[in-house]
Amino acid sequence: MYLSRVVGTVVAARKYAGLEGIKLLIVQPLDHAQRASGEPHVACDTVQAGPGDLVYCVSAREAALALEPWFVPVDAAIVGIVEHVEAVRP
Amino acid sequence: MCRVVGTVVGAVHHPAYDGHKLLVVEPLDERGQPAGASFLAVDTVQAGIGDRVLVNQEGNGAGQILLRHGTPGGIPKGERRPPIRSLIVGVIDRVDLA
Repeated sequence: MYLSRVVGTVVAARKYAGLEGIKLLIVQPLDHAQRASGEPHVACDTVQAGPGDLVYCVSAREAALALEPWFVPVDAAIVGIVEHVEAVRP
Repeated sequence: MCRVVGTVVGAVHHPAYDGHKLLVVEPLDERGQPAGASFLAVDTVQAGIGDRVLVNQEGNGAGQILLRHGTPGGIPKGERRPPIRSLIVGVIDRVDLA
């Protein structure tokens, strides 16, 4: 799992069966000091996140397990909204 | 092997994360130096900031631990694994290098 910032939305009218109604957002992965860490990518939303929110995502097989139905082709899912991160060093 | 460098505080999360403490961990090399980008892991051993910890980064193992609560065996039939991939599974006391 990793921290991310929501930086955009994706609209796709035609999707694989099972992905209807699922909101797609673009997230920028961050490290604990909230510096960019990796490439932005698309993630499915499960927590009603929006652009600008600090969130955490889960990737790979576990991303699909966050969704209903769960046997769907996704790489990343947003599974929480972060209020703040208490970090010991920058 | 990782070091705990922070805690994540948030009100809204997927129901699978109910009651779990989420920590920020930074990978370490064998000498304890930072070795890669930090990520998040669910704590199962009451680790705290600054602790060196063992992290399991694989969803099936994480699912077995979270669903079985320490009893041996695979994932119970019909149960869905939680969408949790990284687990803190131990606090490291000492590392000896030859």
